[in-house]
Amino acid sequence: MSAAPRVALLLALGGALLTAGGAHAVQPDEVLKDPALEARARDISAGLRCLVCQNQSIDDSDAPLAKDLRLIVRERLQAGDDNEQVQAYVVGRYGEYVLLRPVFALHTLLLWLTPLAALGLGLFGLWRLSRRRADPAPQGLTAAEQAEIAALTRRD
Amino acid sequence: MLIEVGHFALALALALSLVQAVMPVWAARSGDQALRAVATPAALGAFACILFSFGALTYAHATSDFSVQNVVENSHTLKPFLYKLSGVWGNHEGSMLLWVLILTLFGALVAVARNSVPPTLRANTLAVQGLITFVFVLFIITTSNPFTRVSPAPVEGNDLNPLLQDFGLAIHPPLLYVGYVGFSITFAFAIAALIDGRIDAVWARAVRPWTLTAWSFLTLGIAMGSYWAYYELGWGGWWFWDPVENASLMPWLAGTALLHSTVVMEKRDALKVWTVLLAILTFSLSLLGTFIVRSGVLTSVHSFATDPTRGIFILAILILFIGGSLTLFAWRAPMLRQGGLFAPISREGALVMNNLLLAAACATVFTGTLYPLLLESLTAEKISVGPPFFNYTFIPLAVPLLLIVPFGQTLAWKRGDVHAASQRLFAALAVALVVGLAVLAYTWGGPMMAPVGIGLGVYLVIGSALEIVSRARGYGASRARGAGVVWRRAMGLPRSAWGTALAHAGVGVVVLGIAAQGWATEGLKTLKPGETLASGPYVATLDRVGPRMGENYSETTAFLTIRNRAGDMIGTVETGKRFYPSRRMTVTESGLLTIGASQVYASLGEVMPEGGSIGLRLYYKPLVLLIWLGAVVMALGGAVSLTDRRMRVGAPARAKAKALPAGMAAAE
Repeated sequence: MSAAPRVALLLALGGALLTAGGAHAVQPDEVLKDPALEARARDISAGLRCLVCQNQSIDDSDAPLAKDLRLIVRERLQAGDDNEQVQAYVVGRYGEYVLLRPVFALHTLLLWLTPLAALGLGLFGLWRLSRRRADPAPQGLTAAEQAEIAALTRRD
Repeated sequence: MLIEVGHFALALALALSLVQAVMPVWAARSGDQALRAVATPAALGAFACILFSFGALTYAHATSDFSVQNVVENSHTLKPFLYKLSGVWGNHEGSMLLWVLILTLFGALVAVARNSVPPTLRANTLAVQGLITFVFVLFIITTSNPFTRVSPAPVEGNDLNPLLQDFGLAIHPPLLYVGYVGFSITFAFAIAALIDGRIDAVWARAVRPWTLTAWSFLTLGIAMGSYWAYYELGWGGWWFWDPVENASLMPWLAGTALLHSTVVMEKRDALKVWTVLLAILTFSLSLLGTFIVRSGVLTSVHSFATDPTRGIFILAILILFIGGSLTLFAWRAPMLRQGGLFAPISREGALVMNNLLLAAACATVFTGTLYPLLLESLTAEKISVGPPFFNYTFIPLAVPLLLIVPFGQTLAWKRGDVHAASQRLFAALAVALVVGLAVLAYTWGGPMMAPVGIGLGVYLVIGSALEIVSRARGYGASRARGAGVVWRRAMGLPRSAWGTALAHAGVGVVVLGIAAQGWATEGLKTLKPGETLASGPYVATLDRVGPRMGENYSETTAFLTIRNRAGDMIGTVETGKRFYPSRRMTVTESGLLTIGASQVYASLGEVMPEGGSIGLRLYYKPLVLLIWLGAVVMALGGAVSLTDRRMRVGAPARAKAKALPAGMAAAE
């Protein structure tokens, strides 16, 4: 690969990282007067993904789009929506991708059931193991191993 | 010239690693013992070559040799010297070279280790290690050559990403890589055992020091990465469930399970097949971690390399090693003789529960990390799996695991007695309950889960201490009287007992630190000089805002004085926005004031052009340092365990000091 595209790539990556590094998220002027409402806004924001960022919630990101979303969340809250309604509103506009906690549905079944499935599988394996009859006792050591043990115990 | 020699040394290492991979196998076929012995010098030679290569690249970075592309892309004449050195691995090519350097170092250590590993097992292990080295050096030479020249050489470099110009980069990747790569030894031992068709307590004992070493370094590496992200990313979080973080957590979870299952195998001759599988999985997850970071397949704040050709090469490596080893496992594992059985209520029973929960946690992190990718490629549906998912699924698996830690320690091998164990743990349970309730009463109205976490942490720490005390005191007729006798006996306990207790206490300390974050507070305000912002028990006053110059950046700095609520001065904090002209990037530099194990964390927001006012975030993070100190205690437990007499018989400690040059010993 020649130098120029690589440099461009790195600069682009640098730009992406810039967003990550200068994180300043919620600005003082965005904060709602009502602390209870603001707390709910923060709570909801932490569960919504900043769509143009890499793995950041809108609460953590200072990208302009994240700011827009934060303002939408606060607008809806002030309009009297409850938390679920606000979330549904944002999902309606931006899709399921915006949710950091995926919904429990058919296409996420495997995801949500992994912990239980892993535990179940492990317990099933243990049950199988406990039903198996014990193997005969281990055979004796070979001559070479005996010599090795002798050498080791001498060293102690 | 040095660069070309470095490149040549890399090619030589490729050839030597091939010799190391092939000769032992050939020797086994032909029965020629002399051929088998070739693996040792080949492993040492490969290490020497990579060391030279790495030295050549480091020299190029240190002297800002801009005729080398890698230096041009990642360095700058004005960059501080420490970052010129750490910049060697602050990029894809250099970090892969560091990876291989550590890989060959481990190979060399296995080759010279003067321990009781049976010769066939050692030769096969070296062969597997040689194959891994060969593939990775081939990867570097064909897709990621750090020694490419540029002509004409530019007068100035592009500089290293400012986020990486930090002490964190100097130590986080090397620690993490020693952890990742260290598990290659366990993997190689497992494959060697499968080839040999034989696995026993000798195998478990031979593997244990390597697993412990890798695990201790991985623990430190993850903790360092977490602390680095905490202060560098500027929003005070310490774990983001980011794919790259998950990539390091998965081998840690599997490695922790492996560490415990090898104990069962060594003591009770059980869990053999499972241990071999874990050894394979742990290194596979390390490889996957490398894949996730290097290919940029999962977008994340960390990935600084995105290149599809490399991705395909690494995918091929993954298929070769993971697919190959699992196929070998499926073919050979049924031939391994299964070990003994055990009662569910016993030390080994508790360790099995440990493995079950750790494996489930690991599977959860694995699915959560890769599921969006899988779903998108299959159905084009895009979903996000973020921190809320992991908190919901991981914590319910982690808490029962933590609860059984002191129990497992107290139960006897073969047949334990829950009643007796509870009696011995009574003090820990009682103190934990009292502390938890006291904290709950004191912070009434605050978060409910935080006092529960504090109680759990206290229970873990005291439970670990009790384990030492009760072992030292002894049981029945030999029960000691008097603190002096107990102390002397405690000192006489095997180091591994101390190491275990220390590591488990470290987990408790981490839990305390995490739980205390329930009481973290955040203040956010636009401030003019002279104005104040409060957060928790502390108040920051903005003294002034002014410019400041660094070696390769200019900074707008906010100078703050921190006082407590009574108005007594506690200290000063500076937080700034650094502008790096070489990259035209601005980075926020957070300001930290450490008070005991707690911290006041200030982060500068927008700087208004008029009036000298600034946006400021002020966090109070109670006991936050315990999170990372606990991890250090855990790693220390691993180190103490490594000095155990039983380990030393199997560990390369003595041979290392004699056979290796000073530099190697230091690097280790």
